[in-house]
Amino acid sequence: MAKQAKLFDSKRPKSKDISWCPGCGNFGIRNELMDVLEEMQYTPKDIAVISGIGQAGKIPHYLNANGFHTLHGRSLPIATATKAVNPSLEVIAVGGDGDMFAEGGNHLLHAIKRNPNITVIVHNNQVYGLTKGQGSPTSMTGMKTTTQPWGVYDEPMNSIAMLISQGCSFVARAFVGHKDETKEIIKNAILHKGFSYVEIFQPCVTFNKINTYMWYKNNTYFLHEHDVTDKEQAMIKAFEKDPYPLGIFYINKEKPCFDNHLPPYKTNNTPLYKRQPNFDKIREKLNYRSF
Amino acid sequence: MATFNVVLGGAAGQGVNTTEEMLTKVLKQSGFHIFATKEYMSRVRGGINTTTIRISSEPLRSYSETIDILVPFTSGVINWCRERISESTVILGEENFRDEAGDDITFIPVNAEKMAKELGNKLFINTILSGLLCSLFKADKKILTKLVQTKFEDKGENLSQENSDAALEGYKEGEKICKEYNLAFDVDQDASVGETIVLNGAEAVSLGALNGGCNFVSFYPMSPATTVAVDLVNMAEEMEIIVEQFEDEIAAVNASIGAWFGGGRGFVTTSGGGFALMCEGMSLAGMAEIPLVIHLAQRPGPATGLPTRTAQGDLNLALYAGHGDFPRILFAPSNISEAYSLTTQSFDLADKYQIPVIILTDEYLVDTYYNVDRPNVSEKINHHIVEMDKKYKRYVLSESGISPRGVPGYGDGILIANGNEHDEYGDTTEEAGLTVAMQDKRMKKLDILKKETLQPRFCGNENYDVLLISWGSTFDTVKNIVERYNHKKLAMLHFSQIYPLADISAYLKRAETVIAVEQNMTGQFAELIQKELCFKIDKRILKYDGRQISEEFLEKELSEKGVL
Repeated sequence: MAKQAKLFDSKRPKSKDISWCPGCGNFGIRNELMDVLEEMQYTPKDIAVISGIGQAGKIPHYLNANGFHTLHGRSLPIATATKAVNPSLEVIAVGGDGDMFAEGGNHLLHAIKRNPNITVIVHNNQVYGLTKGQGSPTSMTGMKTTTQPWGVYDEPMNSIAMLISQGCSFVARAFVGHKDETKEIIKNAILHKGFSYVEIFQPCVTFNKINTYMWYKNNTYFLHEHDVTDKEQAMIKAFEKDPYPLGIFYINKEKPCFDNHLPPYKTNNTPLYKRQPNFDKIREKLNYRSF
Repeated sequence: MATFNVVLGGAAGQGVNTTEEMLTKVLKQSGFHIFATKEYMSRVRGGINTTTIRISSEPLRSYSETIDILVPFTSGVINWCRERISESTVILGEENFRDEAGDDITFIPVNAEKMAKELGNKLFINTILSGLLCSLFKADKKILTKLVQTKFEDKGENLSQENSDAALEGYKEGEKICKEYNLAFDVDQDASVGETIVLNGAEAVSLGALNGGCNFVSFYPMSPATTVAVDLVNMAEEMEIIVEQFEDEIAAVNASIGAWFGGGRGFVTTSGGGFALMCEGMSLAGMAEIPLVIHLAQRPGPATGLPTRTAQGDLNLALYAGHGDFPRILFAPSNISEAYSLTTQSFDLADKYQIPVIILTDEYLVDTYYNVDRPNVSEKINHHIVEMDKKYKRYVLSESGISPRGVPGYGDGILIANGNEHDEYGDTTEEAGLTVAMQDKRMKKLDILKKETLQPRFCGNENYDVLLISWGSTFDTVKNIVERYNHKKLAMLHFSQIYPLADISAYLKRAETVIAVEQNMTGQFAELIQKELCFKIDKRILKYDGRQISEEFLEKELSEKGVL
């Protein structure tokens, strides 16, 4: 029996030829995201997926939703602004570990601080896939890569600890292999008002022979009886790595949200493309300069 | 036409600006044409900053270094201005600056400090000087007192009255000085001044942007471009626009790209070093066909260069910014009115053609102000966007090269924008045929842009032998010289649009001598003309010391070249 067509599955000609390697974790994330959006009763026109560069960054081409495949590392300022001018859109930024932690590190740091009402999904496979196997900011110590042939000497970046320490208003980690739990986390991230960060462990079947499906299964566990509003506890959990905790680490609903401070929406929520400037006010401004 | 240059010079933080503000306002309200430009050091306290205020009976917008009246607020100012001082200069200063002035210069002692103390507050000194200077031009006393009272209104009734009294004392002192030293600075008033407004270049760019429908501003602070962001953020609440200071220029340019993608009208303001970081974003806008408007206020480079000084050295940077080939527009407003109108126009052109538009101003233009005719305010913004249906394709291979642009959420369809080469839907492709077709489609827009290019302005002798080629903020100064020396068979062509370049071959061929006048080291615009029109301009007048080309500089250079 043919599978029932998914609403967010793209029928565009190039979408059929997905360029991820067979078995890639990206397939799972794409499926989970499509399911979540449909279950949340969104339609494709409500969604904008803004991606960077890398294998993860290709995702807009395999989705039936608005998309912008941007530059390496730059998805967050673009997503922040898209949401700011078009507030009824649900904006999801997607990138890999290189995208978000290396090239886009500064943008991630400041997106946390700015706290726009967008969701970011980081496909963390702990290696550079598209550029063929170089070490990434999250590659494990000792891992031999194309460009670290003697093995990575330094420690992987701990994004979860960094995000919590900087007060990110929603911090979660998932593993693509846990379909239902991952979907639940993404759903909560989208519902959260503010900058929602979801890091998803996903194996790179071609270039990462250490962090395999089996490795992630064996080296992760789900947080339980964890108070997501307790920042200190979240921080302690963020440093655990043997095994790595999964789930929602931290939520801060009180953190001021960028979008709540934007002047155009003090009185109404009309997106900016439907508006005209207040020309009378401009005239007033010019008159004021009669000195 | 009578015109006088008053130069106020002092250390940062000394209140020179207060005197400048009161003086220019009173003079303008009294019916004089005013013009003010400043040169300042990259420091918060100390140093020497000067403002040149031109007072004239007709609009005079060229830059002259001549000093008729110099008012030093601190020692060192006279020496700083030494080269600008002539035998006709009058220095009005405290007695202790006399030695610095020397014997050959007219030095008139002004005891403003003593007067201020006698009036009970050392701080009155700026008001006293304002009054004194106003009297030299016989400005309206009532306007002076009213303005001073309004200015100090929120400091309490007493202080407001005391300052007004101090201004009048200064006025009297000025009258006394004029009588004693037989000074006369006669400038006719012009009733039409009342209709004009006063704008500086930064305000003109800001208001022009608002008039162009700008509703999203992203920036990272950098002199001299920050003023525009500050102007806009101060109007943000009232104009209901978004103004956000981003973490760096890379974020700033991408945010504006994101704003346009989402249906807003994004605007970036930056200077050379910041723009250098935006090159990648320029390229994305080019490939993804996302409109983009960038204000690039030039200052001397490379690197940090001279942060608070002026230059026209970023033409090449703006022209070639971004990897790969894609069309763009470069404007360089000639004056304050154009800073407004071209910024307005930039938004429509960026939207219509889905390309980056760069407005090249410079420190001089941004910081200069004078009275101008009230600029036009638009009636309506044309959003060049379409409602998307379910069959919508973002990058349709159209005849004109313009593919109708949708906005997420507008209509039932969806759109895919892409910085990778793409098919008509926006999905990534590596097909050779499609790659060529898409690049050709994007570049086709340049053909239309060429047809719509602003023609340069011709001024001077129709039967010219010598043709000056200039661009951007030097317009009024070059024009003044060309008109003054019309009899020397001198003319000029001045460009407010740098790219696409208008074809001026016919003008060039008619000239015996063509001279490029630019504020950079190599003659970047002359090189562009050679590249585009195959005409080599050998003679160049280039200024790259961070200071604006003045009438005097241009006269000297033209004399040395045997033109005058």
